[in-house]
Amino acid sequence: MPRWGMVIDLDRCTACQACVVACQVENNVAPAGPEMAARGRAISWLRLVPFQGGEHGTRPELRLVPLPCMHCERPPCVRVCPVRATLTDREGLVAQVYPRCIGCRYCTTACPYTVRHFNWDRPQWPGPMEQALSPDVSVRPRGVVEKCSFCHHRLQRAKDQARAEGRPLREGDYVPACVETCPAEAMVFGDLDDPRSAVARLSESPRAFRLLEELGTRPKVIYLSRGEWGGEI
Amino acid sequence: MERSEFDSDERLLRPIEHTGRAFWIGSGILLAIGVWGLFAWVIQLRRGLAVTGLNVPVYWGLYITNFVFFIGISHAGTLISAILRLAHAEWRRSITRAAEVITVLVLFFGMGCVILDLGRPDRVLNVLKHGNFTSPLLWDVASVATYLIASTIYLYLPLIPDIAILRDRMPKRRWFYRRLALGWTGAPRQRQLLERAIAAMAVIVIPIAVSVHTVVSWVFAMTVQPMWHSTIFGPYFVVGAIFSGIAAILIAMAIIRKAYHLENYLKPIHFNNLGILLLVMALLWFYFTFAEFLTTYYGGEPTHMVVFLSKTEGKFSPVFWTMVVSCFVIPFSLLCNRRTRGTIWGPVAASVSVELGMWLERFLIVVPSLSNPRLPLTAAAYSPSWVEWSLLAGFIATFILLYVLFTKLFPIVSIWEIREGREHSLEEVSKRVRSYLPALAEAGK
Repeated sequence: MPRWGMVIDLDRCTACQACVVACQVENNVAPAGPEMAARGRAISWLRLVPFQGGEHGTRPELRLVPLPCMHCERPPCVRVCPVRATLTDREGLVAQVYPRCIGCRYCTTACPYTVRHFNWDRPQWPGPMEQALSPDVSVRPRGVVEKCSFCHHRLQRAKDQARAEGRPLREGDYVPACVETCPAEAMVFGDLDDPRSAVARLSESPRAFRLLEELGTRPKVIYLSRGEWGGEI
Repeated sequence: MERSEFDSDERLLRPIEHTGRAFWIGSGILLAIGVWGLFAWVIQLRRGLAVTGLNVPVYWGLYITNFVFFIGISHAGTLISAILRLAHAEWRRSITRAAEVITVLVLFFGMGCVILDLGRPDRVLNVLKHGNFTSPLLWDVASVATYLIASTIYLYLPLIPDIAILRDRMPKRRWFYRRLALGWTGAPRQRQLLERAIAAMAVIVIPIAVSVHTVVSWVFAMTVQPMWHSTIFGPYFVVGAIFSGIAAILIAMAIIRKAYHLENYLKPIHFNNLGILLLVMALLWFYFTFAEFLTTYYGGEPTHMVVFLSKTEGKFSPVFWTMVVSCFVIPFSLLCNRRTRGTIWGPVAASVSVELGMWLERFLIVVPSLSNPRLPLTAAAYSPSWVEWSLLAGFIATFILLYVLFTKLFPIVSIWEIREGREHSLEEVSKRVRSYLPALAEAGK
């Protein structure tokens, strides 16, 4: 069974936000509009978070870090969901079952990364955007929680394709939209358990670290940064 | 002011037999506020939680605060009344029922708060269909449901002999009382069974009540969020719950005493004794709060300190210091002074202050931790919307209204227990005291 993971190389990332836009379009995430965004109601499965970077004694710099769901191996959200609407599937993806979620928002408060979002209102798309929704991803109703799925539907599609061609899944068959889009090639995706995969190799790099790993959540999103990670959290 | 015993016990039935103008006016106002709350709820059902002030990262706000607060108040009754009963505290007789009713009624509102907070209240039964027992929320569901059942039984059992009194003398609603009285005649065998059942329920209800607010605290403590992930949260919440519960009894007693002229039943001694209990809880509350904050401060973990400082000197500091004053300074100074504690207004003023303070305490547990996420997100500020305030007002008003209606259907002071006190306890207590001491003949040896 593969163990899907992502590597984000902060030394390559230009903070262009192409991944953010790609994610939004791919997963039918409705744009919030300036008013709702100001009220803290915007949904984004992947966003850039400003960390204060720079090593001690050097000039401080602002680092923008792409923040998707960490798909933790010990996810704090899964344990607290009262109705099993969020669960870890066999390949380690932390999934959300929209038709079952009761919208209690316990998972959103338990997640130390604050990457889970709640549909405060019915999602709305301006005019023609509604016709451009992806048929592969369900549109979430008002009142449920959603989050980055590592573009789970792409895994389904890749598996179907591989089965049709009578071959096993190969590296690169399944890649989330953000990774595919990244023009700086700062994002890599694959099976962390496959020693030949790029993610497995990069995850062992001396530059590798995980966010809030001291909490014991064991995130499967791994960041790369040269020098000591100066991100003040 | 001495009345004959018959006269004064009559007084306990008066609220049921006679209804004055004050009742209709009071109930009318409470009903109007309740209907306003209902209107706010309809708006929320139609437009979703968008009508609240909640946001990312403050996903929980007033509704969860109210949930913790109401469930806390529920410890008034059953727990206090059970402890006093088991301790054979004779002064309990005129206050136990008033306390037990608070418990049963307020639990519905506590559970109601969770339903208000759901994004999809239509799916609430998923909690039973797909229940996940690793979730502390499910522990809550189980524990609160058990408590509701146990405390309803515990309220009902001592009510049976009084319902029988009503059945025998009320021309109105006789069918209702007859059914509820379960054929009570007061035969020795029935009395014996009843007393045994009440004693058993008093024992059972205490661990259940403790479990209720413990698991409420675990909803927070089982996450890794700063200033939630604390081992003392269980007992801290239970202490706060009993604290706000006793305050609720005192306020209810003062209103009942005034409205129904029960000065002979709810005497200054009752207020004094409950005042002492409230004082003890104020000290315990201070001890826990102090321990919790000092531990956080000395640990000095940055993420915890952000929340700590937002409470003590940051954005939430006005709320925090108001809480300290109204949970500790005011009740402590009113209650440790015998002159103010011995009055009616002293303990009642302390109680009002405690209720306010404990609500603020619940708010300060829920909101500041969420307002300061670990990662540097641009956090929007939370200010509750009119819908959230209206629902709080509506809940409080409806709770009081139901309480008033209870006093119109059943005696709020237990008639048979008062009589039992007069007829048996005087002798029983002196016998008990004698049994503690060496007999004169033995002492001489």
